[in-house]
Amino acid sequence: MIGWIHASSTIASAFLASSVEAVEALTVVLAVSVVRGWRSALLGTAAAFCLLIALVAIFGRALGQVPIALLQLVVGTLLLLFGMRWLRKAMLRSVGVIHLHDEAAIYERQIHALLSDDTGARKALPTGWDPIAIATAFKAVTLEGVEVIIIVIALGAVQGSLVPASLGALAACLLVIAAGVILHQPLSRVPENSLKFIVGILMSAFGLFWFGQGIGLAWPYHDGAVLGLMAILAAASWMGIRIAKRIRARHNDAALRGEIA
Amino acid sequence: MNFALRTMRGLLGLFVDDGTLALTLIAVIVVVGVLVHLGAIKGVLAMVLLLAGTIGALLINVTRAASSKNPG
Repeated sequence: MIGWIHASSTIASAFLASSVEAVEALTVVLAVSVVRGWRSALLGTAAAFCLLIALVAIFGRALGQVPIALLQLVVGTLLLLFGMRWLRKAMLRSVGVIHLHDEAAIYERQIHALLSDDTGARKALPTGWDPIAIATAFKAVTLEGVEVIIIVIALGAVQGSLVPASLGALAACLLVIAAGVILHQPLSRVPENSLKFIVGILMSAFGLFWFGQGIGLAWPYHDGAVLGLMAILAAASWMGIRIAKRIRARHNDAALRGEIA
Repeated sequence: MNFALRTMRGLLGLFVDDGTLALTLIAVIVVVGVLVHLGAIKGVLAMVLLLAGTIGALLINVTRAASSKNPG
């Protein structure tokens, strides 16, 4: 039961977090391939995948040498920072303090950047291999891919759950790639803010759990405590959004009255 | 060089978006960790402090951002 809880929550967390990163990488690769050709975009993507596989091989081995308590402390801290960052952003987007992430707008900006130079004039596009296209696809896939690797390692390294975490991330990447190939457009309908909210809660719960174990705390119900932490974090975040919305509304009202006066 | 810097910035950005929240969270976990290590607190009290401290840091940060003109 406890093993199932841990494995399923690890797979779900890795899947959701990786899908957000994969959607962001897909947006750039699609823009590159539409503007400057599939061949160069795919070459840049393939090169990035090779680098990512090498990173996994190097860090995967190195992790086995780190003492478990130290790993729990470091991974717990990183997961907590990562999770709280996403949770904060999702909460502020729900409240309307910051704008929602718009893949379609990012796609348009990327296309404009690839078509125009610094002065805004249209660039001449090369006919063969395109170094700019290769570099742009490579950078996007490497950056987002490194984030996926960190997520997988953080979720899976501590309790030997690297396989479930990797499966979750792989499933997310394959799903996003398949959707991109079929749709030929950025996945702007993915509810990114809701995903970030859920992932933020999952990651923060894992972070608190691992950090607690790292400093020697014995959580009640062992791995089952992660579910309790998730529930508490979800309730607190929901309450935080309601309070922040009220504060925001009062703030907007005051600003409007100030303008009228 | 530019790519390496951007990668490093991207990696840092993965964990730190709002510096104040990151520092507060680190302060909370360091204080709880030190208190547990010294034996000043243990068990449920340490768990409650850890949970309440991190959630409190998040909620204060979000409500402050909601009431500020330039939340960042």
